[in-house]
Amino acid sequence: MSRLMSWRELEIGCVVPEPGNSVRYKTGSWRALRPVLDKSKCIKCLLCWVYCPEPAIVRREDDSVEIDYDYCKGCGICANECPVKAITMVAEAGGE
Amino acid sequence: MVGQVKSIKEIPREELFAPGHRLCAGCGIPPLVRIVLKAVPGPKVVVTATGCLEVATTIFPYTSWRVPWVHNAFENAAATASGIEAAFRILEKKRGVKRPKVIVFGGDGGTFDIGLQALSGALERGHDMIYICYDNEAYMNTGIQRSGATPRGAATTTSPAGRVIPGKMERKKDLLGIAIAHGVRYAATLNPAFPVDMYNKIAKAAAVEGPTVLHYLCPCPTGWRFDPSRTIEVARLAVMTRMWPLYEYEDGKYRITVMVRKPRPIEDYLKLQGRFRHLLQPENKWVLDQLKKDVEEFWERLVKLSSGSE
Amino acid sequence: MAAVTQVKGQRRVGMTGDEAVAYAVKQADVDVIAAYPITPQTIIVERLAEYVNNGELNAAFIPVESEHSALSTCVGASLAGARVFTATASQGLALMYEILWIASSMRTTIVMALANRALSAPINIHCSHDDAYAARDTGWIQFFAENVQEAYDLTIQAFRVAEDKRVLLPTIINLDGFILSHSLEGLYVLSDDEVRKFLPPKEPVNPIDVEKPMTYGPLALYDYYYEFKRAQAEAMKTSYPVILEVFKEYEKVSGRKYAPVKAYGMEDAEVAMVILGSSAGTARYVARRMRERGEKVGVLSLTLYRPFPEKEIVKYLKNVKAAVIMDRSYSFGSPGAQLFMDIAAALYNEGERPLLINAIYGLGGRDLTPEQVEAAFRAAFEAAKTGVVKEREIWLGVR
Repeated sequence: MSRLMSWRELEIGCVVPEPGNSVRYKTGSWRALRPVLDKSKCIKCLLCWVYCPEPAIVRREDDSVEIDYDYCKGCGICANECPVKAITMVAEAGGE
Repeated sequence: MVGQVKSIKEIPREELFAPGHRLCAGCGIPPLVRIVLKAVPGPKVVVTATGCLEVATTIFPYTSWRVPWVHNAFENAAATASGIEAAFRILEKKRGVKRPKVIVFGGDGGTFDIGLQALSGALERGHDMIYICYDNEAYMNTGIQRSGATPRGAATTTSPAGRVIPGKMERKKDLLGIAIAHGVRYAATLNPAFPVDMYNKIAKAAAVEGPTVLHYLCPCPTGWRFDPSRTIEVARLAVMTRMWPLYEYEDGKYRITVMVRKPRPIEDYLKLQGRFRHLLQPENKWVLDQLKKDVEEFWERLVKLSSGSE
Repeated sequence: MAAVTQVKGQRRVGMTGDEAVAYAVKQADVDVIAAYPITPQTIIVERLAEYVNNGELNAAFIPVESEHSALSTCVGASLAGARVFTATASQGLALMYEILWIASSMRTTIVMALANRALSAPINIHCSHDDAYAARDTGWIQFFAENVQEAYDLTIQAFRVAEDKRVLLPTIINLDGFILSHSLEGLYVLSDDEVRKFLPPKEPVNPIDVEKPMTYGPLALYDYYYEFKRAQAEAMKTSYPVILEVFKEYEKVSGRKYAPVKAYGMEDAEVAMVILGSSAGTARYVARRMRERGEKVGVLSLTLYRPFPEKEIVKYLKNVKAAVIMDRSYSFGSPGAQLFMDIAAALYNEGERPLLINAIYGLGGRDLTPEQVEAAFRAAFEAAKTGVVKEREIWLGVR
């Protein structure tokens, strides 16, 4: 959202009319560490999916998972909780 | 039984809580919210008290909520929800409007302390709502000040671990005890490290016609001072040390849902968190002993209460 | 004076102010009532509970556990699309104060009857306008009833104003505690059908809707809060012409004419009195006696207090030599009590404007006697004669 609205453009009352539009705010820039998933190790237990606070772990149709780096804040819960250590936290590369 | 799951795989996929919110990395709140929105079936409205969840997920012009969501003030989430619930009930009668389930989220601040009156009134009047307290054990949004939910001995900014007074000297209020005394038909504790247990309890609460109260332990890396990757680990230890018993109350019967026969020493839980580290000093042993006594007493009482059931 | 003419067989009844308000609310077919009892509003709440429990009013009556919860509950209900009513006074209003601002900012259409009562301490259950004034900055539309007929009529009109899509602001009807709330007066009431026609069911704007999920009450930082307030200010301004419209519509139905300001003797008044609430009657009684003696006095009473009827005030007071502004409250440390400050601000930039005196009266239910009213007029005449206000603030009848 680049341009700020003028008062006349505001919806009536203190409302945000568009549901879930926080997806436009990419919190991935917060990261200092990034999770890297080794899919060969993944057992599709879905613990990382259930625990992710964003959520930045997408559950696919076949219950495999994908990390959404647009939002991942690099907290490391997924890596810490993965029962087979399929996720490792690495330093976020300088500049995307 | 209503909407119960046996494994994480059975938990519905739809995300009604969108990323892009500004809760801290590793925050303990979203695991609760995501599961609540999946476990409560049908149309729903969410009311939230002022606090971390409300502030970080609805910074204009953004919102992370994909359901109707209302914020009024700090101490009146239960009252606001009462109005929404009653309005939909009467509008359903008068004009056939469909009635959504009302879910209320309040922090420990907005529930135990400033919000307790509104909750009490709502429970007494019997409004159909699920009231969920996400308890990070202090007024976190305003900077980690103590609340009635802060456990004995914990350091907060208004109960600092000082040379003369080492942390909060009072014990934690028993929220579910208060709810049960109001006659709710279902009440339960929740913990993010036990997602299936959590999901099933929420589904049970959702099926009750009338008020239910759920109490969620919400580890806070920022306020409890631990590495954000350990949120679930800390939550799990709370259960395994009996600091956070997982139980439910259903129509007069208590049931411990995660039995802890050989508890881990409480020190294992405390040493992971900066807010408790001073309790491991020998000069503060007397506080630690009191805390242990609190935990033991509550557990014994709970075991006794639930021995009648099963 | 609102001309009370018999229109097409309206029923004449005897009711107290509280009863009349409750009756109007019943006829308005509200959906949700959430209120906490406080003297002198209790009869309103009790009467409504009776209507609901006897099946005469199909509404949810929520006996909340405090006034703060009363208004909070009303906000939730209004957002859900319901027609909502509450009532309070004094300490109750003070307790719900935080939510008053929220109710208006979130553009709820709550209607509230305020049985004006003094604020503690010391505790007092009788009439002052402290509570009405306390709400004056909060973005609520405010009416003042002078008698029970007006309390009834304004309650009905309030729903129409509040819910109008060009307004969408919560509205207060003030009625003097005990003096109106508990006094039995004769009034004409409309038929249920007439009220139903005048007040069709609420058509909510942006109500809570699972099909259109919105977020109500977000956090707005310094990049947006300011714009929200500007928009809200505009809403209050645009409510003024709508209020005039509703007054006109209501006159067609009831035969009773309402206006933001009632003027008596202002055509040739040398000095004027400006007053709110039931004491206007006393003021006019004295004014009539004085005019019979050849003294050119006039009385302005405000039916509309917020938005402040600046145009009318300026129109009537411009050519008066001195005016005494009557305040049934006090604003400690301020350059005048509340209505005085409103009037002074409205007049300040006018080239021609009267000298102003502030008369404090009737606090905590102290009677305003004709002698006190005459003394106030005398003070205005003194200022008019000398061209100087010796004492800006006078306290009528205090020992």
